[in-house]
Amino acid sequence: MAIWLTKDSKVVVQGMTGSEGSKHTRRMLASGTQLVGGVNPRKAGTSVDVDGTSLPVFGGVAEAMKETGADVSVVFVPPAFTKDAVVEAVDAQIPLCVVITEGIPVHDTAAFYQYAVNADTTRIIGPNCPGLISPGLSNAGIIPADITSSGRIGLVSKSGTLTYQMMYELRDIGFSTCVGIGGDPVIGTTHIDCLEAFEADPDTDAIVMIGEIGGDAEERAAAYISEHVTKPVVGYVAGFTAPEGKTMGHAGAIVSGSSGTAAAKQEALEAVGVRVGKTPSETARLMRELMTSA
Amino acid sequence: MDLFEYQARDLFEKHGVPVLGGAVAETPEQARAAAERLLPEGGGRVVVKAQVKTGGRGKAGGVKLASSADEAEQVSGQILGMDLKGHTVHRVMIAPAAAIDAEYYFSVLLDRANRTYLAMASREGGMEIEQLAVEKPEALARIPVDALTGIDEAKAREITAAGGFPEGIADQVVAAVQRLWDVFVKEDATLVEVNPLVRTADGRVVALDGKVTLDGNADFRQAEHAGLEDEASADPLEARAKAKGLNYVKLDGEVGIIGNGAGLVMSTLDVVAYAGEAHGGVKPANFLDIGGGASAEVMADGLEIVLGDPSVRSVFVNVFGGITSCDAVANGIVSALEMLKGRGENVAKPLVVRLDGNNAEEGRRILDEAEHDVVEMVDTMDGAAERAAQLAAT
Repeated sequence: MAIWLTKDSKVVVQGMTGSEGSKHTRRMLASGTQLVGGVNPRKAGTSVDVDGTSLPVFGGVAEAMKETGADVSVVFVPPAFTKDAVVEAVDAQIPLCVVITEGIPVHDTAAFYQYAVNADTTRIIGPNCPGLISPGLSNAGIIPADITSSGRIGLVSKSGTLTYQMMYELRDIGFSTCVGIGGDPVIGTTHIDCLEAFEADPDTDAIVMIGEIGGDAEERAAAYISEHVTKPVVGYVAGFTAPEGKTMGHAGAIVSGSSGTAAAKQEALEAVGVRVGKTPSETARLMRELMTSA
Repeated sequence: MDLFEYQARDLFEKHGVPVLGGAVAETPEQARAAAERLLPEGGGRVVVKAQVKTGGRGKAGGVKLASSADEAEQVSGQILGMDLKGHTVHRVMIAPAAAIDAEYYFSVLLDRANRTYLAMASREGGMEIEQLAVEKPEALARIPVDALTGIDEAKAREITAAGGFPEGIADQVVAAVQRLWDVFVKEDATLVEVNPLVRTADGRVVALDGKVTLDGNADFRQAEHAGLEDEASADPLEARAKAKGLNYVKLDGEVGIIGNGAGLVMSTLDVVAYAGEAHGGVKPANFLDIGGGASAEVMADGLEIVLGDPSVRSVFVNVFGGITSCDAVANGIVSALEMLKGRGENVAKPLVVRLDGNNAEEGRRILDEAEHDVVEMVDTMDGAAERAAQLAAT
């Protein structure tokens, strides 16, 4: 199984012909994704050859879905045009829209998120995220596929490279699905959404949750875990030494006043029985102990 | 980006929010000239306010009244150059002192938790909002604002009613709230706060002090925002990094940090700080994310900035090779060092490099063969942090 992305998922790429879009289209294909085409209104009707695979380019998401049966879109279009691209995907009622684009004005994200909530047909992952991968089955986004293997751990993270680090450290045990939810202030899919899906997934036995400073998503995830999650959860929080008022790379990663600190997040998670690692390696070790002792 | 009060005032005025006159001054002489213009005829006073991005200016002596242009010049001389909670005062704002009958509060902001906007309103203005929220939570109305429908007149009426504003000024508040919403949307702000929003003795509703935070991601469609940058207070290394398009934050430690990916770099700061506890308390000197790709040129720019920080005694390069594999990263480091030598930079500080992920062994071999005296490789992140801290301590 895995969550949201399986071997049957059919993926279209919005912005496939741009430099990032074409690079990662190639990588997604190479990792076994059923990538069925791209969307670009200015190049509709053409096709693109990627390592011997001919991919059709459609004028819109709805047309791509109708022609190919696509049920996932991955968005690489530049920040100025991302809102329109996501709105188009929602209008086409695609079940999953993964927004990789970094640097989107938060007013645009708030608008397309609300638009998707109102439509209630599309899950958005991201923006400013690496996407998600169900190793061995499918890969939607920019996560390197060859650093890990399939297995029974579920992973949810705000950070891209910390996701990769964890996937790599636990590559011998393997993952059902790894979801990079992104570090922006407004994101379509939260830690809680992933926890809920992993809890319900019969192929996931345990969950790694990686958070970072800013907002209160980890605290709310802790409250959710205590009520609804029976599977073991191991956590990590980055940013203990971040000073107040300085944005650490991700637009959402900022400590303001007493809120959003890593210490508060760790405390909230530990209070509900989540084992929290002090470093990424220690976190991987905690998960390894859990998976090998059972 | 947080704006100064005078910049917020100017944006308010641009969008039709009622404000008082005001002028900014960087010298006592400029303050004098501004006061001459702004002092009401036939007596009255101006207020001279320190322009710093921190609260509690009044208590700290950063806000003073003046009855004449002479006095405005004199108090400006006292305030300019002052240190307010670690912020040096480079500018003051001169504004006519208003006779105030009542103080209120209004803000609209991005509500991360609910992934929408939130308006807050209160008839109890003037005090810090955090204090109000704790001491009199019932007096602070919180009204969710839909990101698609925003604040139209009906919504503004709902906010005004919930905030408990007096009947007599309701229409003025409704109008001001709609104009403040314009500021929020049209300027791509994540916070617009008015504290206090006042009723003057002659019955006018005026935004007396404002705080605005702008979304840097919107700079591509907000050309004027570049002019609002506070270059005077920016750290010179941060300014140089920004000019090179690097994501760099200066901190106050001794171990320079370069990594790929914001989360990994944040994590690296933590791991170095833990390791530093055993080495005389050395700490990370900076945050620098060179991005997932980690190209040679960006690596060279990053090294140049980090090595240019005189407090840096060792550098920890922490890269996970995912999208870019480690052999490419290693080649990047080697050419970055060559590039720096070519630019005449002195690369004498020890570099501890940890490469992990795709082709890590090949990456380490490349660095080994390059035989740079300053480069030392450690296999694990925790071990490399330990070594970098040790080198910074000695």
